[in-house]
Amino acid sequence: MHSLAFDIAHMFAGAMLVASFALLYQRRMSGIVDTYVVHSLILTVAAGWQAYIQDAPHLYVTAAIALVFKTLIIPIALRRIMRRLDIHRSVETVLGIGPTMLLGVGLVALSILLIFPVTESADAFAREDLALALSVILLGLLTMITRRNAITQVIGFLSLENGLILAAVGVRGMPLVVEISVAFSVLAAFVVFGVFFFRIRERFDTLDVQALGEFRGERR
Amino acid sequence: MLVGLLLQGLQMALVLALAPLLVGWVRKVKARLTRRRGASVLQPYRDIFRLLHKEAVLADNASWLFRVAPYLVFAAIWVAAALVPTYATSLAFSEAADLIVIVALLGSARFFLALAALDAGTSFGGIGASREMMIAALAEPAMIMLVFSLALVAGTTSLSAVAEHMLTGDVGLRVTLGLALIGLVIVAVAENGRIPVDNPATHLELTMVHEAMVLEYSGRHLAMIELAAAVKLVLYVSLLGTLFAPWGIAQFGAGPQALAIGIGAWVGKLAVAGLLLGLFETSIAKMRVFRVGEFLGAALLLGLLGTLLLFVSRNL
Repeated sequence: MHSLAFDIAHMFAGAMLVASFALLYQRRMSGIVDTYVVHSLILTVAAGWQAYIQDAPHLYVTAAIALVFKTLIIPIALRRIMRRLDIHRSVETVLGIGPTMLLGVGLVALSILLIFPVTESADAFAREDLALALSVILLGLLTMITRRNAITQVIGFLSLENGLILAAVGVRGMPLVVEISVAFSVLAAFVVFGVFFFRIRERFDTLDVQALGEFRGERR
Repeated sequence: MLVGLLLQGLQMALVLALAPLLVGWVRKVKARLTRRRGASVLQPYRDIFRLLHKEAVLADNASWLFRVAPYLVFAAIWVAAALVPTYATSLAFSEAADLIVIVALLGSARFFLALAALDAGTSFGGIGASREMMIAALAEPAMIMLVFSLALVAGTTSLSAVAEHMLTGDVGLRVTLGLALIGLVIVAVAENGRIPVDNPATHLELTMVHEAMVLEYSGRHLAMIELAAAVKLVLYVSLLGTLFAPWGIAQFGAGPQALAIGIGAWVGKLAVAGLLLGLFETSIAKMRVFRVGEFLGAALLLGLLGTLLLFVSRNL
C-alpha cells in the first residue's frame, strides 16, 4: 500500500514538473494561461491525494483553495486583463526555447543534488517530493527570468508558488493558518500585479519590461 | 524452435495484412471527426492493389539506386516490425529484438529513401530529403535517449525482456516511464510524418516532407513505399503498446488460447491508437518546419529528465 501511494504521489509531482517545462516551452499567451491551469489542477489533485494518504483533512482545504483560486479566479482574471489590454500575440523570450529547456534540466539536476545530501535522515517519500518541488520552484524562477512580458512573468511567479505548496503538502505538519495566509497573499499580490499591468501599459505603451530598463537608463 | 518460427511468420504476415487497415482506420476517424463520410477503411488496400498493377515510370536520369530503394526501404522496415513483439514475447527473432537494432534498421530505411529522393535530381526530392534528414537528426538522438532511460528501468534493451519486465508488475508507476511515454509519442509522431510535423495528405510544396521525397515514384515502387509507411505506423504503435501497455501479450510457452487473446489485445491496441491519433491530428495544426526542432528537443529533454530522475531513485 505504501509503495503504491508513494508511486502515485511521485507521479503527480513528476506531472507537475512536466507542466512546468510546458510553461517554459509555451510561447502563446493563451497557451501559457491554459498550461498554468493544468499546472494548478495537478497541484489540486496532488494535494487531495496527500490529504487522503496522510489522513490529514486540512490538506483538503489546501486542495480546495488551489482549485478555486488557481484554476478558476486567477486564470479568468488573467484572461480578462489580456482581453482588455488586447494582447494575444506570441511571447518573445530572451533566450531561445532550446537553451531555456537545457537550463531547466540543469536546474532539475541542481535541485536533486542539493536536496539529497541535506535530507538524509528524512524518508524517501519526502525527499523525492522535496526535490521535485524545488525543481518546480526553480523552473518558475527561470520562467520569470526568460520572459520579457509582464503577464508571463507573473505566471512564472504563480507557478513558483504552486511549487512551494507542493513542497508544503509533501511534508507533514504545515499549519492551515500559514496555508491560508499564503493563498491570500498571493491573491493580493496578484491584484497588485493587475494594477501594475495597467500602469506600465499606460506609461510605456507596452508590457515588455525591457522598456522599464531603458527608462532607468540601463544599457541594453 | 519450429513453433517459434511459425509464430514469427504469423506475426510478419499479420503486420503486413493489418498495416493498410490501420491507415484506413485513421483516415476514417479523421473524416468522421470533420463531419465527412470518408472512404472505406479498406481503401488503402485498393490503392496498393491498383498501384501494383500500374506501370512504373522512371525518370530518364534515375540510376539503379532509384529502382532498388523502395524494396530496401520496405525490407528494412518490415524486418524491424518483425522484431517488435506484437502479440507474443518469445518469437524466433526475439533474441535479436533489441531496441537499438530497430532504431538502426529504421535509420537505414530513411537513409535509402533520402538517397533515392536525391537521385532523380528534382528540386522537390532535394527539399524533401533535406527536411527529412533534419527531422531525423533531431528524432534519433531523442529516441536513443528514451531507449536508454527505458533500458535503465528494465535493465536490458531487449524488447521481449523489457515487455516481460513491465508485465511482472513490480515496476509500479514511475515518473520516468511517464516521461518516456510522452517522449516516445513525440518521436513516433515525427518519424511517421503525422500532423504537427508533416501532413501525410498534402501535396503543397511548402509543407510536404515525406511526400516530396516520394514524388517521383509510381506504380509498384510507390506501392512498396506506401506499404512501408503503413508498416512503420504499425511498428511504432506496437512498440508503444509493448513497452507501456503490455497487457494481454502471450508469454513464453503460451497455449493457443493465450495467443488468441494476445492477437485480440494487439488489434484492440491498434484500434485505440488509431482513434487517438485521429483525434490528435484533427485537434492540432501543423507547425512550421523550423519549429520541429523545438518539438523534438522536448522529446530529447524528457528522455534526459527521465534518466536523471532514475539515477535519483537508484541512489535512495
